[in-house]
Amino acid sequence: MNLLSGAFDWLADPAQWTGPNALHVLLWQQLFYTLVPVAVAAAIAVPLGWAIGHTGRGRDAAVAVAGAARALPSFGLLVLLVLVFGVLHKPEAAVVTFVILAIPSLLAGAYAGFEAIDRRVVDAARAMGMTEWQILWRVEVPLGLPLLVGGLRSSVLQVVATVTIAAYVNLGGLGLPIITGLSLRRYEAVLGGAILVAVLALVLDALLALAQRAVEQRGVRAGRGEIVTARPETDSATATHPG
Amino acid sequence: MIEFRDVTKRFPGGTTAVDGFDLVIPSHKTTVFVGSSGCGKTTLLRMINRMVEPTSGTVLIDDEDVASRPAVALRRSIGYVMQNSGLLPHFTVAENIGTVPRLNGGTRRAARARALELMEVVGLDRTMADRYPSQLSGGQQQRVGVARGLAADPNILLMDEPFGAVDPIVRAELQQELLRLQRELDKTVVFVTHDIDEAFLLGDQVVILAAGAKRLQVGSPSEIIEAPADEFVAAFIGTERGKRELRVKQTANGPVLVDAEGRTQGVLVEGGA
Repeated sequence: MNLLSGAFDWLADPAQWTGPNALHVLLWQQLFYTLVPVAVAAAIAVPLGWAIGHTGRGRDAAVAVAGAARALPSFGLLVLLVLVFGVLHKPEAAVVTFVILAIPSLLAGAYAGFEAIDRRVVDAARAMGMTEWQILWRVEVPLGLPLLVGGLRSSVLQVVATVTIAAYVNLGGLGLPIITGLSLRRYEAVLGGAILVAVLALVLDALLALAQRAVEQRGVRAGRGEIVTARPETDSATATHPG
Repeated sequence: MIEFRDVTKRFPGGTTAVDGFDLVIPSHKTTVFVGSSGCGKTTLLRMINRMVEPTSGTVLIDDEDVASRPAVALRRSIGYVMQNSGLLPHFTVAENIGTVPRLNGGTRRAARARALELMEVVGLDRTMADRYPSQLSGGQQQRVGVARGLAADPNILLMDEPFGAVDPIVRAELQQELLRLQRELDKTVVFVTHDIDEAFLLGDQVVILAAGAKRLQVGSPSEIIEAPADEFVAAFIGTERGKRELRVKQTANGPVLVDAEGRTQGVLVEGGA
């Protein structure tokens, strides 16, 4: 109880919000080390996952690699990469660590999204005379998007929580008050930092949950019995879908 | 005219779905492939629009080998209607029907106009144009599927058990609708079914197939019913079990025809056609 109120007092203390290690600066660092690696990971994993999902080839290899990547201890990897890259390249080492952490969920989301599509729908699209690219962009990508965003959601959550360890190699972030607080036995700072990480994670998760809902296709949502407002019978209405 | 010349299809793994198949499918008629599941009838159908490539032999449309035409262009020129409609769930009814016109480079406006026109042709209310497939009944979805197959005004319409997943009443309705459409549109229809009654109802030419797409008998429904090629065909079409037997029964109003179960099927007209 005292610890919790101590943590809130610590958070409310204006001293924590000034200086080079002000909490909002750390918050931005945390966000930076989350979003940059996730973006890099997406640039690698999404095209790869789509290629696997579309062709049905390489799935076993992807599952094996993703499983192995999940099992890597992030902290050990970070320390190892800092040693390999040299101490002058700590940010790069951190980004690479978090990219590797983010890839498995994104990869799985990308190919699982395609695999979840009824094969008959893809077959019909091909039989109508769609090219493979048209099948990809007009059928598979739109229908696979909700699961991809689901994969994005879990990789963002994993990374935002793990970025806390960046403070161990002096890269700041919200891990700083946690790590320094531990060594100084200032547990209200530890808890305060942890609370901020949790709040950041919850906010990001809520935003991505909204995004996940937004990308679900109207026709699919309608199929689950939800009410989808009828669109006016105009030509501009059809413009919302590529097709 | 569609022609199969010595067509064989072996799938990786060793199954021979089609073995040395020959057939001529006349233009502007309905040809029905009928046989039990796994007999290769769908494989035959899908070789016409290159969804399946034959291992050997050729498939010709108007004396041109389909393999010499790019698959995508070929498929856009042939209507395809499948079981469970295969509609794109994220496209509205109008967008689904207008897919091929759009692929062929038509404007959105033109594709929509064509879709609305076809909805009328297949008996769908225009107010459904902006609904999604999941908001339609099975029968309505099949009508959308037929409309989509007709959208680019193809000469050939391939139908793969299109009415297999709807209830018997809707199925009968859709069959009548297809007969009406065919009278109006005069397409070359190739239809696949496992239902012999459907085959006899819709087909001008009926092809009865056994495993490996072996031709058991080819002919008009009358020819097959009047002279089944062998006992298997007779059993398959039900003449052996007396299913197709009709007896004359005298009534106060003249002779009528009664089926094996005693139900009156029609009135006997002497000297009729």
